[in-house]
Amino acid sequence: MNTNRSNLMWAGIFVGPWVLGFLLFTAYPFFASLWYSFTNYNIVRDAKFIGLYNYEFMFFKDIVFWVSIGNTFYFAITLVIFGTIVDIFLAALLNRKIVARATYRLIYFIPVLVPTVASSLIWIWVLNPQRGIVNYLLEAMGLVGPNWLGSTTWVKPALVIMAIWGSGRAIIIFLAGLQEIPRHLYEAARIDGAGPITVFRHITLPLLTPVILFNVVVGLIFSFQAFAESYIMTQGGPANASLFYGLNLYFHAFENLRMGYASALAWLLFMIIMFFTLVVFRGTRRWVYYENE
Amino acid sequence: MSSTSTVVVTRRSKSLADRGRELLGKFGVHLFLAGFGIIFALPLYWLFMSSLKEQSEIFKVPPDLWPMNPRWMNFPDVLEVIPFWTYLGNSFALVVWSTIGALISNTFIAYGFARLNWPYRDQVFILVLATMMLPFQVRMIPMYIAFHQIGWLNTLLPLIVPSFFGNAFYIFLLRQFYRTIPMDLSDAARVDGANELQIFWSVVLPLMKPAITTLVLFEVIFTWNDFIGPLIYLRDNDRYTLSIGLRTFFTLYGARWDLLMACSTMFTLPMVIMFFFGQRRFIEGITLTGIKG
Repeated sequence: MNTNRSNLMWAGIFVGPWVLGFLLFTAYPFFASLWYSFTNYNIVRDAKFIGLYNYEFMFFKDIVFWVSIGNTFYFAITLVIFGTIVDIFLAALLNRKIVARATYRLIYFIPVLVPTVASSLIWIWVLNPQRGIVNYLLEAMGLVGPNWLGSTTWVKPALVIMAIWGSGRAIIIFLAGLQEIPRHLYEAARIDGAGPITVFRHITLPLLTPVILFNVVVGLIFSFQAFAESYIMTQGGPANASLFYGLNLYFHAFENLRMGYASALAWLLFMIIMFFTLVVFRGTRRWVYYENE
Repeated sequence: MSSTSTVVVTRRSKSLADRGRELLGKFGVHLFLAGFGIIFALPLYWLFMSSLKEQSEIFKVPPDLWPMNPRWMNFPDVLEVIPFWTYLGNSFALVVWSTIGALISNTFIAYGFARLNWPYRDQVFILVLATMMLPFQVRMIPMYIAFHQIGWLNTLLPLIVPSFFGNAFYIFLLRQFYRTIPMDLSDAARVDGANELQIFWSVVLPLMKPAITTLVLFEVIFTWNDFIGPLIYLRDNDRYTLSIGLRTFFTLYGARWDLLMACSTMFTLPMVIMFFFGQRRFIEGITLTGIKG
């Protein structure tokens, strides 16, 4: 009895700060933004309750909202597909026992350490149509480089390429996943005469599915919240071609001061993220291989 | 035993052709890793080369692949053009205070979840993890309004104070480490009459150095890079952190790519240097948790 009470007391002392923080910085904003999403609110004047109007406006009247949804899906899907392929490929190569492995790993990881503002400026400059190195090299290969960030067709691929450049974190996670795969499986396969492609398809890939799943979920969530790159590099342009969900939300909240509408957008974002996470985890049972099962 | 016998088998069956194929395979691995490595390193190469170019050279079409007369004065010049030291001071204050807050709160809170027994502990821990699903955008608007009302806008407080109340990601990270420390150590200290606070401070915490290093690395890099937080809360130029300052520099002097790249280099370099020192812990932290973006 006495120990129980002292246990509770210590739990209160250690976990108490989290409870307070949870109430102030998570629970309160959670409910407050839900409330704001049913109001018309510009900070200067009091919030006015308008029911579901923000949501109605979003779905049926706001064309820009749908443009941002389309852009974001384009970005998310392209990034997740190409990013996963490139990252697994590089991780598989980095997993081989070769000289200079640490150096290679470093080269692929350093972009992660570049602050977003710096990497955004670097990529604006690298992709400069006349003076950037990318188009210079394309020209050297006999190709005509596009106007990247100034082109409605190429602005999204440009941002996807930039995101893959900064995806060293995922490479590290895939590499760790590859190292978890028991060596004896590979040895057994080699004795059976399996070639590298067969080994990859029937051993590496199935055993890597939990890690792939994790990275896909993280990639989707990241894409839907992406903000700084497009804010700094394009401000959503040209012609809204790089106006992503997070950027559109920011503009409504802090440039148009439509806090109510922005809160409705934020809540929809929350729903979308929950939905993706659940769908991907549901799908798991069918295609993810867990070793313990 | 079994692994030694496989080695013997493979070695015996390795013919000259096999050896040749292996050599060819390694060559291919290097070819791909180096090829992709050059692509990944290219933006950083361009960053550094541009930061050493003269103003006239930066506009040349086609561009020079490296500066004809490296101009190191670009770096001190940046300090003349923008209030670099003010920005740096603000960034420094933000990083130091946030890290102190994260360090104190999370070591404390995670201890409560990992090494104390109390009813519904694991259920509450699920709630901790669930808070990671809530996107920043949902919290952003009510927090902005609340900080606006208590007069904290244009100060670092909205960016620092929440870090003193724990963060789900760090709680998870530290909990993993706490659980690897044998409970017997705590029990022995308890028998000797130590209370929980003494056990935390003098028995368990000294064994947590690797985890604490990881936390510090993550928090320093995260706050140094943070863009949207300072963008929302800081108004005046003399309050800006480096990330906002660099972006303001870009909006004011969008054509001075020599100085912009020099400034970006100076902004990026501290993170790269820090990574070199804490590389192992950093990679460990990523593979353990995966997330944080």
